[in-house]
Amino acid sequence: MSEYYFRTADLSVGYNGKTLIRDITVSLRAGEIMTLIGPNGSGKSTILKSITRHLAAIRGDSFIADASVGAMSYKELSRKLAVVLTERIKGELLTCWDVVSTGRYPYTNTLGLLSPADREKVAAALESVHAADLADRDFTAISDGQRQRILLARAICQEPEIIVLDEPTSFLDIRHKLELLSILRSMAKEKGITVIMSLHEIDLAQKISDKILCVRGETIEHFGTPEEIFRQEIIDSLYDIDAGSYDITFGSVELPRPAGTPRTFVISGCGSGIPVFRRLQKEDQPFIAGILYTNDVDFQVARHLAAEVVSEAPFSPISEETYQRALTLMKTCDTVICAGVPIGESNRRIADLIEAARSLGLLREA
Amino acid sequence: MEQRSADNSILRRSRYTAVFLGLLIALAALVVWNINTGSVHIGVGEIARILFTGKGDDTAVGIVWKLRLPRIAAAAVLGGGLALSGFLMQTFFGNPIAGPFVLGISSGSKLFVALTMIVALRFVSFISSWMMVVAAFVGALIAMGFVLLAAKAIRQMSMLLVAGIMISYICSAITEFLIAFARDSDIVNLHTWAQGSFSGTKWGEVRIFTFIVLGCFLLVFCLSKPIGAFQMGEAYAQSMGVNVRRFRVVLILLSSLIAGCVTAYAGPISFVGIAVPHLVKLLLKTAKPIVVIPASFLGGAVFCLFCDYVARTAFAPVELSISTVTALFGAPVVIVMLIRRHGGRA
Repeated sequence: MSEYYFRTADLSVGYNGKTLIRDITVSLRAGEIMTLIGPNGSGKSTILKSITRHLAAIRGDSFIADASVGAMSYKELSRKLAVVLTERIKGELLTCWDVVSTGRYPYTNTLGLLSPADREKVAAALESVHAADLADRDFTAISDGQRQRILLARAICQEPEIIVLDEPTSFLDIRHKLELLSILRSMAKEKGITVIMSLHEIDLAQKISDKILCVRGETIEHFGTPEEIFRQEIIDSLYDIDAGSYDITFGSVELPRPAGTPRTFVISGCGSGIPVFRRLQKEDQPFIAGILYTNDVDFQVARHLAAEVVSEAPFSPISEETYQRALTLMKTCDTVICAGVPIGESNRRIADLIEAARSLGLLREA
Repeated sequence: MEQRSADNSILRRSRYTAVFLGLLIALAALVVWNINTGSVHIGVGEIARILFTGKGDDTAVGIVWKLRLPRIAAAAVLGGGLALSGFLMQTFFGNPIAGPFVLGISSGSKLFVALTMIVALRFVSFISSWMMVVAAFVGALIAMGFVLLAAKAIRQMSMLLVAGIMISYICSAITEFLIAFARDSDIVNLHTWAQGSFSGTKWGEVRIFTFIVLGCFLLVFCLSKPIGAFQMGEAYAQSMGVNVRRFRVVLILLSSLIAGCVTAYAGPISFVGIAVPHLVKLLLKTAKPIVVIPASFLGGAVFCLFCDYVARTAFAPVELSISTVTALFGAPVVIVMLIRRHGGRA
């Protein structure tokens, strides 16, 4: 057996014989989490459906522990792979317990009756997603977050080696997103279940995944660890981000910076500038920020929102050149906002800058 | 939680038992009631003597053994079959108002049976029960084929039914046309049959349809596990290990065979296929096939025995067509179901 538990080999996927994405080659170790990211309509679901065999692969194959998925019977596959799909579960008059218990299907007898051992496993699965109290509730009468947890419990109950989830966090609020993903994370690490899923929240994808697959266009350009994938240029081109920006380090999004000639200069530091930047951005006023050390938290936001940032390398005194540039830019502005900044040994030139602003009559305290 | 779920399962089980007991008692009562009533009055004591010793007044023996009992058997077995066929079609289409009558399957069978009868009587002057069943089955499958084509083209549930109703009208129109132009005196009966009726059933026929319908019932019951998976939706069913493609074919064949067989013997009968499974699910408070399948079968038998009783006695000596009565009791159930479903969604 190879060191990889799950892999695809030159898998080509698509509908009705038409190839959408070709030559997908990925490999995962047992217990790893792979997340598919990419814009809407890029084919994430198509790839997932091909892995779960809801779609026939056009070419190539997937392998679970070196066994070809395409050659397995549905019955064999159902003992290895469970799914959480985007489509609604049909069926009527089902309690949550009933829904979870359908996960035992591959193991029950001809008539599908649950044994006491099956019942224990259903109860344990409900417990593992913190949904024991939902057991007797009507499945159609619970919230979206609860429903996703029940569907996950159903998949866990199937005792698979791999779980495939198509956008499991859609429609969930932030608390339920975090809850679901942390359940997935601990399940993968404790039980060694391999997880393959698609996510829209790339910030969460970065934090939960062991491997990331970028889906866009006809071939897969990027597959690797989050550290390899989360580079500004890869993410920007993957999603074609031109309005606003996505911050790789923090996974935060910013709306586009205001356009036009900046008429405001903001002096800040250690986070005091962020609320000011945001307010100016909302009022659609372009601004210049400075002087900021490149390790200052204000700098991380300013570089996305400010028309221009005057910056200095960390831990060194502000150079004369930087000071002069800030002063020149400041003089082109109508207003200087000082959001407050602690002055120390290395950044004392900022005090000079504030003084200059005051003598020019431009200064306004934030 | 284990405790609560255990209590819940005891509650469920006693509910199932109660429903089954109720249905069995109703079935027994309706059988007795149906033997007892008719245009010729026969006392209870005499009926008991005829049934258990086979002796008695010759006319009375004839009425009970040759008229009333086969008719009761037809209403019970074919009624059960209709409900079963309806349940299978609802499962297949994922649509609670699908059934052999509304989808035009019964009418397709009717057309083919009429056609076979006319052709057979003209050229070979002989028609066997099996020929009728085969013709009905073929007709059912062809109508089903059209419904499936329509289902592929239109994804909307309600439009599927409209397509089925159109197919049903076309088939009925052609059947009427055939009957009107067929001069053979043997076809006089065809008209009554085309309206739906359990009357005139013979023991030889009872043997055949009981064999087919009960055989299908047993098969369907053995399939309750994959049917349950299928109810969750095809994608989930497949992930649970069901070979969906093959299973769809099995569902179509079984439901068409049952619907065809019923139509061959009793003509098209409306609403049993929709109303009975729905009522049964309401009573049982579950849609689990393993209980709904036998309960629907029993329920269909009870419902048709009751409706046949009304058809025979309401305006005696004039007999109503069975479809008139099943529609009278079945259609309101369907309407209430539709309103409740839409009310729930809005």
